[in-house]
Amino acid sequence: MSVESPPVVSTADGAPDTTATPWRRNRRLTVVLGLVLLAVLAVVPLFVDPFGTNTVSRMLVFALFAMSLDLLVGLTGLPSLGHAAWFGIGAYTAGLVAIHWSAEGLVTVLAAAVAGAVAAAATGWLAVRSGGVFFLMLTLAIGELVHQLAQSLSSVTGGSNGLFGIPSIRIAGTPLTLAGYVYWFVLAVVLLGALALWLVASSPFGGVLRGIRDNEARMRSLGYSPFRYKYAAFAIAGGFAGLAGGLFAGLVRIVNPSDTGFTTSALLLLAVVLGGAGTLWGPALGAALVVLVRDTFGPTLDGHGPLLLGLVFIAAVYVLPRGFAGLAGLRRRRTPRSPA
Amino acid sequence: MLGWFDANLVSILNGFAIGALLFVLAVGLSIVFGMMDVLNLAHGAFFLVGSYLAVSFVAGDSWGGFLTALGVAAVVGLLAGAVLSGMTEPLARRPILDQALLTLGISLVVAEVLSIVYGNDVRSVSPPPGLDGSVDVAGSAYPTYRLMLIGVGLVLALVVWLVVERTSVGALVRASVADREMVSAMGIDNRKVKVAVLGIGSMLATVAGVLAAPVYGARPGLDETILLLALVVVVIGGLGSIRGALIGALVIGQVESLGRALLPDLASFILFGTLALVLIVRPRGLFAGKVAHS
Amino acid sequence: MTAPLLSLSGVSRSFGALTAVDDVTLDVPPGARHALIGPNGAGKSTLFKLVTGSMRVSAGTVALAGDDVTRLPEPQRARRGISQTLQHSSLFLGQTVEQNVLLAAQRQYRSRHSLVPRRQAAARARARELLTDVGLAARAGTPVAALSHGERRQLEVAVALACEPRLLLLDEPAAGMSPAESARLVALLQALPESVTVVIVEHDLDVVFALATSVTVLHLGRVLLTGSPDEVRASAAVQEAYLGTGRGALFLDGTGPAHLEVS
Ligand SMILES: Nc1ncnc2c1ncn2[C@@H]1O[C@H](COP(=O)(O)OP(=O)(O)O)[C@@H](O)[C@H]1O
Ligand SMILES: [Mg+2]
Repeated sequence: MSVESPPVVSTADGAPDTTATPWRRNRRLTVVLGLVLLAVLAVVPLFVDPFGTNTVSRMLVFALFAMSLDLLVGLTGLPSLGHAAWFGIGAYTAGLVAIHWSAEGLVTVLAAAVAGAVAAAATGWLAVRSGGVFFLMLTLAIGELVHQLAQSLSSVTGGSNGLFGIPSIRIAGTPLTLAGYVYWFVLAVVLLGALALWLVASSPFGGVLRGIRDNEARMRSLGYSPFRYKYAAFAIAGGFAGLAGGLFAGLVRIVNPSDTGFTTSALLLLAVVLGGAGTLWGPALGAALVVLVRDTFGPTLDGHGPLLLGLVFIAAVYVLPRGFAGLAGLRRRRTPRSPA
Repeated sequence: MLGWFDANLVSILNGFAIGALLFVLAVGLSIVFGMMDVLNLAHGAFFLVGSYLAVSFVAGDSWGGFLTALGVAAVVGLLAGAVLSGMTEPLARRPILDQALLTLGISLVVAEVLSIVYGNDVRSVSPPPGLDGSVDVAGSAYPTYRLMLIGVGLVLALVVWLVVERTSVGALVRASVADREMVSAMGIDNRKVKVAVLGIGSMLATVAGVLAAPVYGARPGLDETILLLALVVVVIGGLGSIRGALIGALVIGQVESLGRALLPDLASFILFGTLALVLIVRPRGLFAGKVAHS
Repeated sequence: MTAPLLSLSGVSRSFGALTAVDDVTLDVPPGARHALIGPNGAGKSTLFKLVTGSMRVSAGTVALAGDDVTRLPEPQRARRGISQTLQHSSLFLGQTVEQNVLLAAQRQYRSRHSLVPRRQAAARARARELLTDVGLAARAGTPVAALSHGERRQLEVAVALACEPRLLLLDEPAAGMSPAESARLVALLQALPESVTVVIVEHDLDVVFALATSVTVLHLGRVLLTGSPDEVRASAAVQEAYLGTGRGALFLDGTGPAHLEVS
């Protein structure tokens, strides 16, 4: 029996780990849904006004950002409270590169990714080495310090006024002035980033990260050195967060210290938890939703968005411990399981 | 050397005053985690509640106002701790992240409610009568209130130390930091202990908020700054260690004051540098107990 | 005379006042089927931890194939070929049976850095082979959390074997298995190639005597005796150690070689 059955997909798709078998039946459905979503995303600028297109662009950027955080929180089991630091560093880097050197889209975005990864690697080893609750505290501290730096190094970052005057993205020298073109650029980079993250998650490396999350002691006895993998995951996650930050800078063309701050980190964490940590697609969906809600209802809340954020946090912990993806898993598990 | 010392005396004293405040704050955070495994990220928000209470009771106008603010803050802190204890109870067996999210949510809500009630302006509070002047310390004028703060911090440190090291309650605290199962094994109702510990821990935060109000005032965002400093202190000192909290608070107090005075542009780097240095040498803080991992 | 694969000399470990492993000196030659027996609390599991490196020795040295590994951390020892099953099963509960084995197997196939899932084919094939060997082929896609106790023990063995060990340490692998399952386990272990050296802790003496070519008896952390199965059975000291703990019955009725149906 084991011979003719095709290899069970090892959560490659980012489906919940425990549902590998039912997932196989749903595979076609997932593929179809994915293709429909892609098609819809591709034609957004043709049917939506520039303002709406801009909102969808931001949703895409935050979806990538949330997926990078999910690599840490969901896959590796490292709950970071300061992930916006790498996003912010990426955004400032892209902005500064565009202002002082070249606004070429790929250049700024790649510089942002490298900066995010390097910064995460430079500081992350402390947090990763200490582990446990220290990881939470240290990522929070690192994030807050980056935030303070963004504010105090005003000669470089523009301080609390933000870094403004970022030129529009150029592709092969031509500035993208229409919201639609910027959107397609963002969409392309986000899709590539998501694909890369998906590959990382479904690779043997991703399997090791999941193993560390579930049982670090056993991984050690199987011959893996968890520190190296966690550290690598931290740097990779920082790189993709930086990439998202770079896109963000090109998109909104102003970077504020709050983009590196605690509230942004908290918002992202909420997206990951709401969406369902460890699934990649869940957090991406969660982030899109959170950004949509923030941008739609934010103005009507009179600047008290964090109040809503806080209440949702408290509710989410009790009501949706495994996020939307957890709900999907629940529904799947209720359907009778066919023999493997 | 002596000249340098004289020139920076005010900064050094300020450092001690900040250190005293940070100790009061951090000891609460540290004990709550060390004993009860609750990472309270709302600690900074509780602190801010205390600061705004000082604003409400115009603590600067009379000792009556100041003491009322302290008393109300203590009660509010105890109640907040009790509520927090109830709210974290169902999360005891869940990953630490869930607790962090919950207390994060609480802190966001509390901070926003405060900003709705008190607005977004910086509110200042003057020290109570008699402490609002300054005294001559080795030739420089230094605010009396801050000297008192240093005194209060030292007394509190002494009290906490005596309680923990010399009393039966303290023995219980030490035992349960070292071995969480111990408390229930001794036939003591774990839930009552938890309410008490969280109550006292939160009370320390709100009281520190009142005490700090004449120095820092009250403003939105102060909660995050304070939480960060308290976390750094706890990480440097080691989770659950009273001694660590004291040493960490004194070090960070000086880093914040003297560091900022000498190298204003690099203050954040120095703070992180100190943290990094300690963690490189001692990954779990200076006085890490057995509990530091969970 | 070949060098012993595992060589312990003067190995001790104390927990406060308790010396759980006390000055143990022991050589296990390559290819041996060595059993470690002794009453509960004798220090068998602790000794295994000292060998794998998940716990530090208080004194003494551990050598693998002539190299001193006492100071090596656990993952490095594992990469040198030490593999184990733990007394209390330690698996990746959120993942499927196959993924559990794969995590161990993929390290052997240089595929762990590859981003292309197809490269894992070799590791997958090996994982499926091992699952068939331990009798879990039909459960490959099942989450571990849904396995029965006995099935988890079988999976432990598959995971340990997937490391392609030189030295395999089994801590009570048959505990909680049904007679059919433990018979299958014995057959599987008997079929292991000479290149795998096995040290087994087991309370089921049928299993022990079906497998072991040599036996060490541990009592209160000390080596009471090392010898052939027959010598151990005949030893008065061993009888006494077991009788002292009220477990003498285990030995008293085992006069001849134990019988075991292997289906
Ligand atoms: N981590 C530990 N801390 C304290 N004592 C321990 C620890 N591990 C084992 N022991 C003690 O060491 C002794 C030997 O235990 P163990 O090696 O598990 O025995 P066995 O596996 O032979 O039954 C027992 O008395 C046990 O209580
Ligand atoms: Mg044992």
